[in-house]
Amino acid sequence: MAAAIECGAAPNTSENNMSVKKALSVASPLTLRIVAECPVTKARVCDLILPHCTVNTPVFMPVGTQGTLKGITVHQLEALGCQICLGNTYHLGMRPGPDLIEKANGLHGFMNWKRNLLTDSGGFQMVSLVELSEVTEEGVKFKSPYDGKEILLSPEKSISIQNSLGSDIMMQLDDVVSSTVTGPRVEEAMHRSIRWLDRCIVANKNPHKQNLFAIIQGGLNSELRKACLDEMTKRDVPGFAIGGLSGGEEKDDFWRMVTLSTDHLPREKPRYLMGVGYAVDLVVCVALGCDMFDCVFPTRTARFGSALVPWGSLQVKQKQYAKDFQPIDPDCQCPTCKRHSRAYLHALFKSDTAAMHHITIHNISYQLTLMRSVRQSIMEGRFPEFIQAFMKRMFPSRDQYPSWAVDALASVNITLQ
Amino acid sequence: MAGGRMQLELSRVVQGRSRLGVLKGLGRTGQHSLEVPGCLLYTHFGTVPHLTQDTLHTLRNLPSVTQVTLSNIAEHQEVLEEFKDGFRKFAGLHDTVLYCSLHDPAALCPTGYTTNKTVSVWGSGGRIELTVAKFMALQKTVQPDWYQSMADGETWQNSTSRKRVRKSVDRTLAHLDECLLVHQKSQELDGVEVFGVVEGGDILEERVRSARETAKRPVAGFCLDGLQTGSMDQRLRTQLITAVNKELPEDKPRLLQGIGRPDEVLACVEAGVDLFESFFPFQVTERGCALCFSFDISPDPERAGRAPPEVLEQSEEKDAAGDIKQNGDLNHDDQTQMTSFEINLKDKRYQDDFKPLVEGCGCYCCKNHQRAYLHHLLVTNELLAGVLLMIHNTSHYQGFFSALREALAEDKLDLLKTRVLRAGAQQTERDEQDG
Repeated sequence: MAAAIECGAAPNTSENNMSVKKALSVASPLTLRIVAECPVTKARVCDLILPHCTVNTPVFMPVGTQGTLKGITVHQLEALGCQICLGNTYHLGMRPGPDLIEKANGLHGFMNWKRNLLTDSGGFQMVSLVELSEVTEEGVKFKSPYDGKEILLSPEKSISIQNSLGSDIMMQLDDVVSSTVTGPRVEEAMHRSIRWLDRCIVANKNPHKQNLFAIIQGGLNSELRKACLDEMTKRDVPGFAIGGLSGGEEKDDFWRMVTLSTDHLPREKPRYLMGVGYAVDLVVCVALGCDMFDCVFPTRTARFGSALVPWGSLQVKQKQYAKDFQPIDPDCQCPTCKRHSRAYLHALFKSDTAAMHHITIHNISYQLTLMRSVRQSIMEGRFPEFIQAFMKRMFPSRDQYPSWAVDALASVNITLQ
Repeated sequence: MAGGRMQLELSRVVQGRSRLGVLKGLGRTGQHSLEVPGCLLYTHFGTVPHLTQDTLHTLRNLPSVTQVTLSNIAEHQEVLEEFKDGFRKFAGLHDTVLYCSLHDPAALCPTGYTTNKTVSVWGSGGRIELTVAKFMALQKTVQPDWYQSMADGETWQNSTSRKRVRKSVDRTLAHLDECLLVHQKSQELDGVEVFGVVEGGDILEERVRSARETAKRPVAGFCLDGLQTGSMDQRLRTQLITAVNKELPEDKPRLLQGIGRPDEVLACVEAGVDLFESFFPFQVTERGCALCFSFDISPDPERAGRAPPEVLEQSEEKDAAGDIKQNGDLNHDDQTQMTSFEINLKDKRYQDDFKPLVEGCGCYCCKNHQRAYLHHLLVTNELLAGVLLMIHNTSHYQGFFSALREALAEDKLDLLKTRVLRAGAQQTERDEQDG
């Protein structure tokens, strides 16, 4: 078992001096302790010490876009063992706005969440949600969907909003380009993201309380990615995200970019793979060396009655479950499975919104439990066996294993049986 | 009749009509009880709207009786029959008394489908017609602890003719007799209580007739039906209920269907009603509002756990330009209209209001969240709004009933009325002043 190593991230110096870390307990809002490393794959288990509490990684972070996790109270979320969740700068920046949230003691105060929060920069929403007016060096200009006014989201503005929100981890504003785009735009965006990172670092008013993460871009181009990695890792940020993936790209390209990124990211800083949340993707990308993940999928799909289970998913609203008196997953310990059957939930979908909440709770529990199991298996030196069992449970037969996953795992010494 | 052990123990009868007591012997083993005047726990298919077990159990002092309705359940008859072990187990409801009513008090159903032999309920897939046979088959499958007999209550429209009202009384009695026949022969319903339903529209003689006749049957208690309409003057309602209750045995409980507004509850308790359905907090929740009316009659504000209701504070709450509708404006077609017992959290004024919904309220929502947050959740259409509001509104409503019982015990009903009705009166005054 690898010995525990404690590393501190000093935000304002370019050195990573271990002896400095004692003094840093005052200054550093992030400390990463590597608890275990898998001798076979690139997976690691860490304790990520953040201002509100420690986060055990690998971690899946549920997304609470508008300062709430879709029908779940903060106490329910806490009870499920969630240590960090996401808020969305774009949405909250629009409504209710940073000034109000500041008055409410930040997003923590506003939603009464006592653990950690990560806010994204608003960049992705600019692209995915909104009629984009223009991306310039200044920032992203767009039309507000609420009053049609033109708004400029610059690196400075994004950080300013995130400073008001008071999140424990903030994301830089990056120049987001869809992963299916090719050509010079990708390179332009990569370079601009580096320049915007520097502007974000300067703009951060609270470096001692709020951690700013960089986001590695470069699309599906190894060279561009490598260039971005080389540049961004020169900046002394407490953590790195791997961005620009989890769009519509081919999985074969996806995993290659992930593993390239983790190969060139510092070991002693957390790696956050943005927008990834499907179970198979999580397990594979942990093996490729990622520590943190977020995705709207588990909570979004719950509202359509789709329950996540070790063998895939279960569409509770389907007729076949009308008379199925088992719980969603007989082995699941979540409040929903301990109390209710598929048949009851199936029927409840016709009567009350609480049906969605039951599935949401189950899905969050599924995701968090999955990560806990992954973590446990790495610590006990049996992650490779875990992966084998996981895949076997998830797919009816070996020839149904997705080829990208087979390849990705092979690249880290796992031959799927 | 193979009845249960339901027994009403009255501790006080105030001014010959308002009753205070406990309904005992509830449930199959008879160990549950419900304080009276009180309300049942309103659910959709066994679930309190928006709430899962965790959120539901942040509430203390929930009613021991859970109400389910055939409008929710009828379409699932086949599933329940295959399940065999009754609705309570199917829904994961553990230690509660199950009461099954015909209709959902919060959902209007279309009229014109009742016949001599059938009534209809509306499920998610459309209309389901019930004969007594099907009605009783459902009861055998649901296995409630107590249910209301099948009834024709379609007489609440203003234009209902005398002939139609008479028919509803006759049919309802006929249904009751048939239900009881089946009930007595059914082993599955051994120990289950039946309530007879008193109909009669707004015609005094028919009300009296229905009450007298129903009282002759071996039922455990009485549902008063067909009085749920905003277009019925409370005075008339009180008159009819009073006349009905005169004909009913004192030692059996009276459940009034479809009435839930606090002022109406008070008036009906004064007319001798014991039980209500608690759908009103749900309706308030659905319109994004929070109950905030005061029911504090305690001489020691600290003991009551809340600040003394300031006249000023109340008028601040109600000083909404055009937000509050007159209570009297409520009509049957629009029970979704806001009352003066609540605040509309979508209103801009709450955007930066960092107070809890109600100062001193001990519910989960008020202990953990602020008006500004609720406002945000409503404006952004977030599901959590419904969860939090349902918790608060249920808690507030239960608090009201608790205060009502306390008021009856301590001869403070007039004080309570003043507190509760003050909100409406203030608004009336203000409206009159504005001309």
